[in-house]
Formats: sequence, structure tokens, C-alpha cells
Amino acid sequence: MTKFGRRGVLAGSAGALAMPWVANAQAPGVKIGLVAVQTGPAAALGTHLKDGFMQGLKHLDGKLGGLTASVVDIDDELRPEVAVTKVRTALERDKVDFVVGVVFSNILQAIIRPVTESGTILVSTNAGPSTFAGAGCNPNLFVTSYSNDQVHSVMGAAAETNGYKKVFILVPNYQAGKDAVAGFKSRFKGEVVDEVYVPLNQLDFSAELAKIAAAKPDAIFTFMPGGLGVNLVKQYRAAGLAHIPFLSTFTVDESTLPAQQDAALGFFSACPWAPNMDNAANQKFVKDFEAAHNYVPGSYAAQSYDAAMLLDSAIKKTGGNLANKDALRAAIKAADFHSVRGPFKFGTNHYPVQDFWLCKVVKRADGKYATETVRKVLENDTDPYAAQCKM
Amino acid sequence: MSTQLLLIQSLNGLQFGVLLFLVAAGLTLVFGVMDFINLAHGVQYMLGAYLGASLAAATGSFWLALVLALPATLLAGLALEWLVFRHLYGRDHLAQVLATFGVILSLNQLVRMVWGSAPLQMPTPALLEGSIPLMPGLNYPLYRAAILVAGLATAGLLWLVVERTRLGALVRAGATNAPMVAALGVDIHRLFMLVFGCGAMLAGFAGVMAAPILSVDPGMGDTVLILAFVVIVIGGIGSVRGAFIAALLVGLIETLGRSLMPDVMRLVLAPSPARQTGAALASMLVYVAMAGILAWRPRGLFPVRAG
Repeated sequence: MTKFGRRGVLAGSAGALAMPWVANAQAPGVKIGLVAVQTGPAAALGTHLKDGFMQGLKHLDGKLGGLTASVVDIDDELRPEVAVTKVRTALERDKVDFVVGVVFSNILQAIIRPVTESGTILVSTNAGPSTFAGAGCNPNLFVTSYSNDQVHSVMGAAAETNGYKKVFILVPNYQAGKDAVAGFKSRFKGEVVDEVYVPLNQLDFSAELAKIAAAKPDAIFTFMPGGLGVNLVKQYRAAGLAHIPFLSTFTVDESTLPAQQDAALGFFSACPWAPNMDNAANQKFVKDFEAAHNYVPGSYAAQSYDAAMLLDSAIKKTGGNLANKDALRAAIKAADFHSVRGPFKFGTNHYPVQDFWLCKVVKRADGKYATETVRKVLENDTDPYAAQCKM
Repeated sequence: MSTQLLLIQSLNGLQFGVLLFLVAAGLTLVFGVMDFINLAHGVQYMLGAYLGASLAAATGSFWLALVLALPATLLAGLALEWLVFRHLYGRDHLAQVLATFGVILSLNQLVRMVWGSAPLQMPTPALLEGSIPLMPGLNYPLYRAAILVAGLATAGLLWLVVERTRLGALVRAGATNAPMVAALGVDIHRLFMLVFGCGAMLAGFAGVMAAPILSVDPGMGDTVLILAFVVIVIGGIGSVRGAFIAALLVGLIETLGRSLMPDVMRLVLAPSPARQTGAALASMLVYVAMAGILAWRPRGLFPVRAG
């Protein structure tokens, strides 16, 4: 390619990229900064999150509470410093009215101050660290997912009611792994035969699988997000251990099932939502989402879809007034919308008070893999930190 | 821990070592013969896994996918050599590191654009689906045994080619003193291309073989690359024999360390801190071993004497 030609192409594509941006800048209405990781190994989760929110907007005809919505795409690259820079730009240059999204807690921790201190409302659709649930709660933060520990404790409660006496725990050796163990143990009263911590970049689990076989537990509890979980599930099944119940959190879900497939069948997960939930809002969401994106939505997508519906209901309540933040916060807090989870309300700390389920991996009639609710484990559960929140 | 469990863990360690050898063999050839640091070796492994997974999905056969993926990764390697790498042979290592790191970023992104960011799956071939019972409640999948065999066969074949053929003599000569080989009238560029192509194909082969037991995702090459570098540094850069021994060593240290360290720590610490310090120490063990071996033999276990 000649020099001129290459430059021409570059200039042309830069122009093309800039154009929708110009159109957005001139549109009146409500502007959302959507934070979703789109680079690196975790990009699949960001895709779920983003597609879920956009599906919500689509169902609302591109409007939130009657105001035309425009979305500023923010790829946090799973790097806190990048997230802060990009979010600041969105706040100062693009003047976004809300910041929505965020898959990972460390990103939320990085952006919460710049966003909330500017008076902008932040809606986290996945990350739910305990730091902002208790004494550190924030009037401008709303969480549509859960408090992280809650999910792990659901599995502890499920193991307890299933009557398991001996459980083997396997988690990655970092903060979230240790939190998972603490959460699980908070409701499991039986014996933990062994706790094994593996490095975050572990490839081969055969050493751990041999240990599990030797310990002969009633069940294992594990938290292995992303590729770790894919490796573990495949190798666990191949080693013939699948007769030991596989209790997990964030290990078998719609983001990893396309790679785990049959290996994950019958494995358990703790969840506030599953695609098969029987309510009108959810059925519409799942059906249209699958038609549009050709994959089964995961909880990341569902919680983001809920966020779109939540903001729509709140803006409607204030009559499209985005300036009166007190009224806006009260309207969001009311959570007057149909969640895909069925009943949904906010606690005093702006984290959800909701039901949690034991879910199981199934192969649906159409050949796709999904999680399905088995039974309700906790009803109207408030996270353990809410009492410390003074708001 | 029982003797039986210890034996099983050693087997697991050897098998992981063989998998590492498959990745490291190509890397050590390219680094040794061409004095070229190819950080992109990991993405070539990833490319092999992706091509294998999608070819298996398209053809419905693991074996056909394996056979087709090998020339495909060879071609991809040659294309990369032609596009990027051949312009870097004369440059210093920093330029090579920077450029090949750029290749990692671009190929990771390309893979994401073509295949999406969700992990893919590659089925185990029906022929190797069974398993051998190792102890009550634990099976050893036949497929893992196949990886072991494939790795040993690759090692044997490479040894034969490198030690017993004229081409191998040239490769060894190139590793020792490339300018001299060129001065003797050998087309060193063609030799480099050949070595590079073989290296890429070996990485691709490792990727296809690993795909049924590991997650096929856009970051998969990065994790394995670090261990592969540890292997070739311990083994002596450029030495296939060294890479083989070192890979087994790293596999054993890594696996046995992970399974024994927490128990060892329990002798001196309470159970809960013992687990965590044990896990932390186990993940450092490979690097500690590397530092130790380098202090003892700075050029690795089997140094290829270069000028």
C-alpha cells in the first residue's frame, strides 16, 4: 500500500469513527456512561453486560423515562487507572448523567469517588464489594446485582440444607478467593476437610483433583471465574470426580458454558437470577436477547437489563427532571420496575434485598447450555453489612 | 500423604512437563538458532488452539482438525516471519521484544474480533474418551496419556532431526555461530525461515493438543509463555535436550510443590496460615528453582556453546 493510500484509509476510518460521536453530542436527552471491560480475558463478561443494557434500551425504544438516551462506551480494560481517566473524560467532556456498568470490584473501587463526588449517580450492575455496603455506603451508588459475599454464603446455606458434612474448598489465592471462603463458611457449619489455594494463572488442576479424590468429601465448593473455571470443570469431569457434587459461584455460568458444555452438566451455582425464571419481564428479555445476540444471557446481562428498566422508572417518576438529585435518588430507591428476577427492592445501603437460588447447569431442548433454578435458598436476603450503613 | 498419592502427583507433574515441552521446544529452537526473542510464541500456541477448535467444529473430527491445523499454523508462522520478524533479526533484543509484544497485542485482538471473547471448546476425540482408574474415585483420562505420548514422540523426533540429520547439523551450527554458517555458503535466511516455521508449527501443535483440556480463550498464550521461558532458560537456550529435561523438572516442581507445600508448612504453622503461605510459596517455587539453577549454571543445564 502506498503511503498516501494508507494515510487515506486511516483518515477515512478516523472520520467514520468520529461521526456517530458528533451525532451523540448534539442529541438532547439523557446520557449514560456505560463501563464494560472489552479487552483482555474478561471481555466476555463485559460483552454480556453491555448487550444486556442495550437490550433494555431497545425494549424502551431508545428512551429512558421519555428522554432519548445516548450511550458513551467506556472500556475499562480491567485497569483501574485507565477506568478513572476514561470515566473522568466522560464526566467532564461528555457530561454524562449516569455512569452504569462495571464488572469487577477493583474497577468500581477506582471510579466511585470521581463519579459520586461530581454528584453523578453510579449504578453498578455487577460489582458489589462489601466496602460500600456497610459503613462506607454512598448515597450516589446503587447496586443492581448483589453484595459479593452474599452469593458465596448462599452456597454455604445450600450445602448446609443438603446435609453435606464434609466439604473440600478450592479457590484462587487472592482477595476474592479468600472472601469466597469466608462467605461460604459464614453459613456452612459442617467440616471443611481441606482448603486449597491455587495461583490465578493455574492451567492444570490434576494435583488438586488427586487431593480431592483422596479426601473423599461429600461435596466441593469452588470459586473459579473465567478460564480457570473452564479448565477446572473440564478436568474435574474427565478425572471421573463428577459424582462428588460440584458447588460453585461464578464458575459455571452463561459466559463460560459455551466452553464447558457437557462437562458442566449438573454442576451447581448460586444465583439471584437464571434465564428460566418464570415471569413475564424475564421471558421477554431472554427471548429477545437470544434472538438479537445468538447466545444465552448471563446474570451480567440480566442485571444490566434491570438497570436500564430501573433508570427508566426513576426518570419517569421525576418527570424527566435530572437536575434535582434528591428526587432522582428517591425515585431510584423506590425501584418501581419489573425486574427479571421478580421481586426486587433496595435496602438502606442501596444494595438489593432479594431472593437467592440454587441453580444447576442444564442442556436445553434447543441444544444450548444454561443455568436453571433448582430451589430457593434465601428469601428477601439483606446483605450482612447493611446494618452498618448510616444513610 | 500416601505413597500412592505421591506417585500420582509425580505422574501429573511429568504430564504437565511434557505439555510445557511441546510449547518450549519451538521457542528454544527459534531463540537458540536465530538469537531471536519471540514473545509471540504464546500467541502462536493460542492460534493453534483456536484453529483446532474451529476446524473441529467445522469438520466434526478432532483428527482432521489436528491434521489441518498444523499446516495452517505453519503458514501463519511463515506469514508473520515474512511480515514482521525477518526485519528484526539484525536488531537488538529490545527491538525484538517490543515488536513481538506488539504482535501479541494485535493477534489477541484479532482473535477476539474473529472468534469473539467468550472461551471456545474443543471436544476430546471419541477414541481417547475413556480413562484408566488410578485409585478409588480418581481416573486418569486417556487423552492425558495421549498428550504424554505425543510429547515424548515429539521429543524423540526432534532429537533425531537435530542430532542425526544434515539439517540438524546446520541448525546446531547456526545455534553456535550463525555468521560462520552463512560464510560457509549456507543460505542462513532459508534456514531461519525453516526453523521459524517449525517452531510455529510446534507451538500450534501444543495448542491443539492442549485445547481439549484447557480453556481456549484470547489470553491463553500469555500464561503459558512465561513458563515456557522459564523452561528454556533453565534448560539452556537453544538446547532441545535441555528444554525437555527442564520442562519435566518445571512440571514436577510446579505440581509437587503445589500439592506438598501446604502440608510441609503445616509442620511449622497453624493450618489456616499454613495453607496460604504454602500456596504462595508453591507458586514461587519454579522461579526460585530457576534462580538457583542460574546461580549454579548461568547458561542453563545444557548450554549450547555460542561464540
